[in-house]
Amino acid sequence: MQRLCDIIHAQQLTDHIYAITLEAGELGRLAQPGQFLHVRCGGDVLLRRPISVCDAENETLKIVFEVKGAGTRWLAEKTSGQLDILGPLGTGFSVEGQHILLVGGGIGTPPLLYAARAAKGSTTAILGFGSRSQVILQDEFQTICDNVILTTDDGSAGEPGQVTGPLENELQSGTYDMVLTCGPKPMLRAVANLAAQYNVPCQVSTEERMACGVGACLGCTVTMRNGDNLRACADGPVFDAGEVNWDV
Amino acid sequence: MCDLRVSFAGIAFANPIVVASGTYGFGREYQEYLDLNELGGICVKGLTLHPRAGNLAPRIAETPMGMLNSVGLQNPGVDAFIRDELPWLRQFNTKVIANLSGNTVEEYGILAQKLSDAGVDLLEVNISCPNVKEGGIAFGTTVEGARAVTEMVRRNSTVPIMVKLSPNVTDIAAIARAAEDAGADALSLINTLLGMRIDIHTRRPILRNNMGGLSGPAVLPVALRMVYQVASAVNLPILGMGGVATGADAVEMMLAGADLVALGTACFVDPLAPLTAKQGLTDYLARHNITQVTELTGKVALHA
Ligand SMILES: Cc1cc2nc3c(=O)[nH]c(=O)nc-3n(C[C@H](O)[C@H](O)[C@H](O)COP(=O)(O)OP(=O)(O)OC[C@H]3O[C@@H](n4cnc5c(N)ncnc54)[C@H](O)[C@@H]3O)c2cc1C
Ligand SMILES: Cc1cc2nc3c(=O)[nH]c(=O)nc-3n(C[C@H](O)[C@H](O)[C@H](O)COP(=O)(O)O)c2cc1C
Ligand code: FES
Repeated sequence: MQRLCDIIHAQQLTDHIYAITLEAGELGRLAQPGQFLHVRCGGDVLLRRPISVCDAENETLKIVFEVKGAGTRWLAEKTSGQLDILGPLGTGFSVEGQHILLVGGGIGTPPLLYAARAAKGSTTAILGFGSRSQVILQDEFQTICDNVILTTDDGSAGEPGQVTGPLENELQSGTYDMVLTCGPKPMLRAVANLAAQYNVPCQVSTEERMACGVGACLGCTVTMRNGDNLRACADGPVFDAGEVNWDV
Repeated sequence: MCDLRVSFAGIAFANPIVVASGTYGFGREYQEYLDLNELGGICVKGLTLHPRAGNLAPRIAETPMGMLNSVGLQNPGVDAFIRDELPWLRQFNTKVIANLSGNTVEEYGILAQKLSDAGVDLLEVNISCPNVKEGGIAFGTTVEGARAVTEMVRRNSTVPIMVKLSPNVTDIAAIARAAEDAGADALSLINTLLGMRIDIHTRRPILRNNMGGLSGPAVLPVALRMVYQVASAVNLPILGMGGVATGADAVEMMLAGADLVALGTACFVDPLAPLTAKQGLTDYLARHNITQVTELTGKVALHA
């Protein structure tokens, strides 16, 4: 669907990360965890920018994004008025499972919040950031999840190091029946490998450059083990980790 | 009331607004955004004899007011199109234009036969894809290649054929004349312009394919110039495209010599772009008391 959504709240979370809450009408009710919005940005920016649904409640949608280039910079400065949104798009997380492990890295953590909220089973979140000043959404995860483990690369908050340490500990406990993960590609790959090692199904949320966002242009493909190139915007962005070809 | 109908290579288009090949899939993805019956025609994703997986990602790079793509003709193959997509597309009151691409001249012949037998309205012969190693653009950059492919398609098609020209040539009029001589019923242009972008931090091209085809508003002036040159060189109807996003752009394209106008990249920015362009075109006609849209074609008045 396409809709002009009113910005009802805009907030800066860290030096580079911002949150926007939208009055999104039906889009809010339709949104599933792991889906994304294709956001038209102003200025000289031509293509829309894909941003995950971080949270949804009735007719509101929240997005959290990091300023990377011209598009997200424009978005960060847009604190009122309306945004032209296509969405909710893509195939998101299936949140089935009794004991779900959520693994997020940096700006990959936002979509896991809505997954945690939608999950019926118990949830443990392992959230990794560079350092204390980059931590986002910690309170929100703590409110929703049964257990939250924070890591920072420099040890300035939570456990020092990357998410893979605590992840292996949790997987060793043997109680989990699903892993959901989003973050930088090397992290996704490491999480997928560990989950496979412990025989726990794993869903990864992938990132590819997009044009149409609706499945028409074949610009955003992710290569699968069987050689198929599937569309991150329609068949994904969430894929079964075991089906993704991590070596291309 | 303005009359938007265009007779193009003997086919009755309800209006001149078409969507460009490769930007609209087989139409399915956009049906929830707009009524496909409103489109004059749909150029479907480029079809090949066998299914193609296309190139590795990243396949998209943004550019100033444009984009590069290196999709590489990913498609399910002509038979799957005829079986799974064409019957569905046929429910709409819009012209179905099948875009085809061969590795060899013979493959173009087989594709033309299959597609015209299957009952598409028009063939768009892609001799201009910059993203595949064999075939594609190789045929579109020489007079001999363009002639050989056009003759082969002509012999094997029972429906009108339109040859899609590459802008990556020094003399597009010469290629256009070769296609005309070889029996083309119409021409479409432009396909994408070969381009490149480099990530300055990694020093690697953004596209995994290193190079890709440029499209979007940035290419409009190049497309206008080429449509004008081709319209001046041949006596064939023209489907003009390249950077068209608005009704004003469509008017400009028609003044340059186009009979029909396609939007591609503009659909990514706004799925409703074809309809807003159609409305903009209608408003322009009304404002200028023009009763027939066909009156615009080729009416640019050059400076002396
Ligand atoms: C399904 C999906 C969900 C996403 N969710 C979020 C999110 O919740 N929060 C967030 O901060 N970011 C998210 N991203 C990444 C975000 O889309 C990019 O950071 C953003 O497009 C960069 O735009 P820019 O203009 O700031 O940067 P520029 O570098 O100027 O962008 C240039 C072009 O490259 C594309 N691009 C650059 N980086 C990426 C990237 N990592 N992924 C996809 N396209 C890229 C842009 O869309 C644009 O077309 C998501 C990406 C995808 C595919
Ligand atoms: C993602 C993408 C895929 C394309 N695929 C094809 C194709 O399969 N066959 C073809 O003839 N042209 C293809 N094109 C070219 C377009 O049909 C059109 O000629 C070009 O994009 C210029 O128009 P535009 O600026 O309005 O997009 C593709 C363009 C894009 C952007
Ligand atoms: S962005 Fe066009 S198919 Fe995914």
